[in-house]
Amino acid sequence: MVSEVRNNPNAVLRVEHLSMKFGGLVAINDLNFEAKRGDITALIGPNGAGKTTVFNCITGFYKPTEGMLTMTRDNGETYLLERMSDFVITKKAKVARTFQNIRLFSGLTVLENLLVAQHNPLMLSSGYTILGLLGFPTYKKAAADAIEKARFWLEKINLVDRADDPAGDLPYGAQRRLEIARAMCTDPELLCLDEPAAGLNARESAELNQLLLNIRKETGTSIILIEHDMSVVMEISDHVIVLEYGTKISDGTPETVKNDPKVIAAYLGVEDEEVVELIEHAAATGSDDITAAVDLLSTEAIHEIEVTHAEPSAAPLISTPATKAAKAAPAKPATAKAPAKAKTVAKPVDPAIKAGATSNALAAPRGGKPDSLIVIKGIGPVNERKLNEHGIFHFDQIAAWKKADVIAAEAYLAFDGRIAREDWIGQAKKLAKESQIKPAAKKTGGAK
Amino acid sequence: MADIQASGQDSVYLKATKEAVFAGLIAFGLFFLVVGFRTDQNINNELVLVQRWGLLAIFVAVAAIGRFIFAAFITPSRERAKLAKSKVSAAARADRRSLKATVSRFGLALLFIYPFLVILILALINFAATGQWAFQSGVQGSLKYVDNFGIQILIYVMLAWGLNIVVGLAGLLDLGYVAFYAVGAYSYALLSTHFGLSFWLLLPMAGIFAAMWGIVLGFPVLRLRGDYLAIVTLAFGEIIRLVLINWTVVTKGTFGVSGIAKATLFGIPFTTGPTGFAATFGLPNSGVYYKIFLYYLILFLALLTAWVTIRLRRMPIGRAWEALREDEIACRSLGINTTTTKLTAFATGAMFGGFAGSFFAARQGFVSPESFVFLESAIILAIVVLGGMGSLIGIAIAAAVMIGGTELLRELEFLKLIFGNDFTPELYRMLLFGLAMIVVMVWKPRGFVGNREPSAFLHERKMISSEFTKEGHG
Amino acid sequence: MSQTQPLPKSGALLSIENVETYYGNIRALSGVSVHADAGEIVTLIGANGAGKSTLMMTIFGMPRARTGRVMFDGRDITQMPTHEIARLRIAQSPEGRRIFPRMTVQENLQMGASLDNLEFYDEDVRKVFELFPRLKERINQRGGTLSGGEQQMLAIGRALMARPRLLLLDEPSLGLAPLIIKHIFEAIKELNRSTGLTVFLVEQNAFGALKLADRGYVMVNGIVTMSGSSKDLLANPEVRAAYLEGGRH
Repeated sequence: MVSEVRNNPNAVLRVEHLSMKFGGLVAINDLNFEAKRGDITALIGPNGAGKTTVFNCITGFYKPTEGMLTMTRDNGETYLLERMSDFVITKKAKVARTFQNIRLFSGLTVLENLLVAQHNPLMLSSGYTILGLLGFPTYKKAAADAIEKARFWLEKINLVDRADDPAGDLPYGAQRRLEIARAMCTDPELLCLDEPAAGLNARESAELNQLLLNIRKETGTSIILIEHDMSVVMEISDHVIVLEYGTKISDGTPETVKNDPKVIAAYLGVEDEEVVELIEHAAATGSDDITAAVDLLSTEAIHEIEVTHAEPSAAPLISTPATKAAKAAPAKPATAKAPAKAKTVAKPVDPAIKAGATSNALAAPRGGKPDSLIVIKGIGPVNERKLNEHGIFHFDQIAAWKKADVIAAEAYLAFDGRIAREDWIGQAKKLAKESQIKPAAKKTGGAK
Repeated sequence: MADIQASGQDSVYLKATKEAVFAGLIAFGLFFLVVGFRTDQNINNELVLVQRWGLLAIFVAVAAIGRFIFAAFITPSRERAKLAKSKVSAAARADRRSLKATVSRFGLALLFIYPFLVILILALINFAATGQWAFQSGVQGSLKYVDNFGIQILIYVMLAWGLNIVVGLAGLLDLGYVAFYAVGAYSYALLSTHFGLSFWLLLPMAGIFAAMWGIVLGFPVLRLRGDYLAIVTLAFGEIIRLVLINWTVVTKGTFGVSGIAKATLFGIPFTTGPTGFAATFGLPNSGVYYKIFLYYLILFLALLTAWVTIRLRRMPIGRAWEALREDEIACRSLGINTTTTKLTAFATGAMFGGFAGSFFAARQGFVSPESFVFLESAIILAIVVLGGMGSLIGIAIAAAVMIGGTELLRELEFLKLIFGNDFTPELYRMLLFGLAMIVVMVWKPRGFVGNREPSAFLHERKMISSEFTKEGHG
Repeated sequence: MSQTQPLPKSGALLSIENVETYYGNIRALSGVSVHADAGEIVTLIGANGAGKSTLMMTIFGMPRARTGRVMFDGRDITQMPTHEIARLRIAQSPEGRRIFPRMTVQENLQMGASLDNLEFYDEDVRKVFELFPRLKERINQRGGTLSGGEQQMLAIGRALMARPRLLLLDEPSLGLAPLIIKHIFEAIKELNRSTGLTVFLVEQNAFGALKLADRGYVMVNGIVTMSGSSKDLLANPEVRAAYLEGGRH
């Protein structure tokens, strides 16, 4: 990896052999990675893994014990960040950051916050205050421009109406956006965001995704972000680096990383027996496709509630797959769009098959041998099991799904529109055709 | 509904009674030994214990009744007022704003005509008393009011406005501000007596020297924050004073520097000779002209301080100061060099202290280290805090109340009629000063004007409530 | 970790009746009525700035409710001093964590420990460390030097040390890794089940919160607009549209 890092001219930031020790505590241990220009790079890992420490090293708030941090600007200038003090890094190397616990100037207005961020260019145009004090027109123009720039960013983050309110008065989500806008007002080429989605609800973090993608598109700013919200990490990042105890345990595309058993065990987490199952499965097949497992937390929410609430005495919260299957009540329609329709479709075809199954459900796999449904991108072992419970065993069954079937399936899988988005039917059709000729091909993922 | 209200009222009285009993008990505990007993000597020179139960009862009763009134009437009425205030419409708020602007404009106009107003009023009083119109009588009588009230208050206004840059804007707690005042005063005193340089040349030089000392102080204390910064600046103030006392060769120690040249008006000296001010303008001889001149000089200097502060707040440096007060780490993350930002705050604040110092020397004609004790720093800081950190108008009001109030005490001769001839109101100056501070801080915890005016706006200028602004951590 | 005798199921342990709270002159809560029965997990969801944290702080009298009342276990605690409210065994993991930054992890936990008896201290500490093994590794480190997520764990751990009857959690999942969030939610559920601990949960992570809770309230601009069983709320199209969709599937 190191050699790859050294030879890549596209890297906006190269981190080589970074170590940070606080007394006896090793916060970061020989970390190497690179962030490509124009990429959104995510840094994830358990709490206390040293993610924020990496940020503090990049932005000069800590001096690393060892290692080299090379920032290459768009114009080709390179800066060794570990040798620069924090404010020079922002000023010269054009690295800006936000903070985990928002650090706005709460007593200044929203607009003033954005003007403070333009301190350095304004200092120049005010002739280090002297010309500005005497009322030279250059400063007046620069000040007006600065306000225009602030307005541009306020429009982007949808806060124009609140420009003259104190920043401390904004709701939490708006403060997060303002902090990003403030960082952008320093014209950075690398933006470091420390948990930008923390404390945001689902809708707000979706808006954040749009904002970040928009920033990248319009300004070409490269972004590194620390985040625990997988909906942000997996949807917008091009590259994910996973830290645990100050060392890198995984590095690659979101797909690779979220299927990496080590990452799942250390960070993402699924039910224990399933981790074992997944790792075994991954080892056995050489495949790391357990995409759907990542979504387990949310997809099974309704199921779990039904299990636990239908029978309050149900002992363990984490029911094993077997008990879950036995207890699972009729699946509730999960889609808000067509709940009524789903209900009408959801009729059992065979008494052996669970309620809510699709129209073409089978009581048992044909010839007693089901297809390996996990080959379809988006279906993991958990969903495969669920599908099997609902009488879906073969590719051609999925391939034959109609709209109503998709809704019914999404209901028991608790997915919203994922089947269509990931084109399960299309994939299944192809696989169904292939399986006529040869055994199902393995999906390729693997490290980059 | 009425029932609930009635019971609510009852519970208020019940609560007030409880609190009153509690306050009475505390007062009893506090004053039991201090007031209840008094040691005295009898004829045989023996120490006897005089019991004063009646006085103690009065103390306790005052505490209890006061608490009862406060809890039963004042607090609920304030709550109601607060509720009513929340219903004030935007129009009323706009009205208040325009009223505020009018008041400050009116205040400024008053400052400009103040000396003549005083002369006019005194002349009118004289006219009423004697039936003779004599303008000159007003001129003579005005000296006290122009000097003791006008100039004295304005010096403190200027000092407090200068310190406001360091404490109110940049949030750096400076307990040694008087050191820069001393540097300015001694710069003028020494350079004027030794080299005969004019006031107008030495005024800016005094400011520059003080600014340099501000930077000298700034460097070592840059890393310090909060309490530590306050202690070091306090020490710096004392060091300067001790140097002035002990470096006798230059400063003449505690004797001070005397015979300092007065300031001139474009070369016209305020002397009694034929080239003097009175003779030049054909006026009768009087010391009042110099005082009136000094009044306008300090008014100009104070307004310069205010103007520069207002301008600086709209400059990047001023905004950086305020941002520094709010969050230093965030400042650094935005590429602001906090070191130079802090140093400029120290230097700018010190510069105005230096100006005020040279003015002080020119006014007194004499400087000694006694004028630059820690108490002066404390008073200036108290004015800034009472006025509301960062607010120019609030600080001006605080200076007028505090300095004017203590000067007023000198005038209250009639108090001697009440308290007897031994009573000297001035001795109670600091006591009253302290009490006033406690009252103001309880009533308005963020000073007279706690709201902050934004330095820039997009749609409309809205005042920022003090609950959002921070005091800074040094 | 709470008291072992579960309270009778009937009757609300906490009931907030028609409360209005102000910040200065700005009304933050208007006529909010919420209750939590003994042994229940109740969640309050809503957008940022809706007043969820304000409601939680109002229970503690910071700020105090200007109208309405807060009842706990049949007592009116609306005007009770905050420290006395805490002594009724209401523990809170507040917004912004508010751990003691200069005290070690252990000292922070000691500060949170039950006020009247310390006989359960060792057991409670062990349970907290079981829940957050990470804290055990950092036992002698100062609170302020912990990472954000570790501080969150400490805040929750400190609240649990009080052996609360009512546990108030303000965004416990903030800044925590998915795996830890899962652990915490499981632990809350387990505590609730085994000891009858009543939990009042404010969450941004509406999905997780509703999944955990028995009932939920939805708050918009200082007003409770919807309430019901978690299941109903999860299935409610409006709730889904406003709080569940977007980033999460």
